[in-house]
Amino acid sequence: MRPRDEILANIKRNFILEVLRSNKRIDGRGFNDYRKIEVKTGVIKKAEGSALVRIGNTEVLAGVKLSIGTPYPDTPNEGALIVNTELVPLASAMFEPGPPDENSIELARVVDRALREGEVLDLEKLCIVEGEKVWLVYVDIYSLNYDGNLFDACCLAALAALLDARFPKLEDDRVIYEEKTSVRLPIKNYPLEVTYAKIDEYIVLDPCYEEEEVMDARITFGIKQDGSICAIQKGGRGSFKREEILKLYDNAVEKAKYLRSFLNI
Amino acid sequence: MKLGKPERMIINGRRLDGRGLYELRPIKMKVGVLKNADGSSYLEWGGNKILCAVHGPRELHPKHLARPDKAILRCIYSMATFSVKERKKPGPDRRSIELSKVIREALENVVFLHLFPQTVIDVYIKVLQSDGGTRCASIVAASLALADAGIPMKDLVAACAAGKVDGQIVLDLFEIEDNYGEADLPVAIVPKTGEIVLLQMDGNMTREEFEKALELAISGALKVYELQKKALYEKYGASYETKR
Repeated sequence: MRPRDEILANIKRNFILEVLRSNKRIDGRGFNDYRKIEVKTGVIKKAEGSALVRIGNTEVLAGVKLSIGTPYPDTPNEGALIVNTELVPLASAMFEPGPPDENSIELARVVDRALREGEVLDLEKLCIVEGEKVWLVYVDIYSLNYDGNLFDACCLAALAALLDARFPKLEDDRVIYEEKTSVRLPIKNYPLEVTYAKIDEYIVLDPCYEEEEVMDARITFGIKQDGSICAIQKGGRGSFKREEILKLYDNAVEKAKYLRSFLNI
Repeated sequence: MKLGKPERMIINGRRLDGRGLYELRPIKMKVGVLKNADGSSYLEWGGNKILCAVHGPRELHPKHLARPDKAILRCIYSMATFSVKERKKPGPDRRSIELSKVIREALENVVFLHLFPQTVIDVYIKVLQSDGGTRCASIVAASLALADAGIPMKDLVAACAAGKVDGQIVLDLFEIEDNYGEADLPVAIVPKTGEIVLLQMDGNMTREEFEKALELAISGALKVYELQKKALYEKYGASYETKR
């Protein structure tokens, strides 16, 4: 954030806090509410799978591409999942072109962490010839419009796109991208991320841009369908109490269930 | 399944390095180890060797980054090329950029930045040898170096990780457990207030396991905090025992 923006954010912070004190949020939501969520799959025909996700005005697009590659030496009988996302200048006046900054890298790594550690795919089922040939599954997520909480939006879009994906035809080691089979990816788990922002003593779900701009701290939980946890990332210079974290974990399990209801699984 | 994974990592309640489940590795700390830096520290934590230097508060270049109301804190975590098994490419990678960010955010919580407007405080962390848990070790070393530089803080930041290995919750994972274990939960706290200023997790834990691991990591960090204070008293005169 530029110094000028930070001074403006300080002024906005007082206003946002005043609204929070009266038990409301600046966009009229309750503390524990998501904005309106929309998930649309199959939006990019050239991709093996794709999904457009909107959470309020935050809009992200995820696409899945498959290719054949060699496995990592330490996991010869497993395919690989490669998740990436970047904050592109298309999505906000604040994002600049050029190499990814720390926020962009953090977002990519945290979204990747939930999907990888949550074992979204059964990687062994992506093996074609052990030690030689495996499917590589690339998930690339583009933020189209930034209005806060990219973590949850990107993770939801990635999972929706993976669920939407079908293997392309494989003919003597050649991938025929034009012909999709009806075979889905070997989905093993449904991990999703749920993010909260802390502003002063108030904790709100699904922060919008203005709230993220003034928040003291942020916490993201990666939650699987059985309620177990696969990723956490705390951000910001603020802090959380132990009890707050445990309470938010329980709430995040419920909210992840709610997010999962948008995926028709 | 990953190749090279030991069949069992806990045998009869003992870990591969001989520790019990809730035992820390040996830790040694020293402050004031570098002549040129305003503050510095050296930390050995199990097989980790970490050096940290603080420069500042000092004039900030480029000037337009300076804040009229406070100092900015810059933090660079980097690993020496020879600190790991296969030579690490020099320069920042995505992991070290993320770690620099979360370490900085944890430190920003305790440093009184508003006392030094228009300046920068630079924290340089070099991992000379790594053995799992370097981010916690780095925070511990960095807060010592900041204290050594005489920068006012509300408290030191203490840190420790807990995790899950062979289905059991354990304290302070070393490299093999970090690589092949089921979960890792690094935690940094402000001991005086009980605030959690760094929290990350990857792997898989149930609600009960998570609560236990969080508790354990905090208790580990409190032990590390005592060692941090001792290291400062060792340099700055008054005996640690009499001050308690």
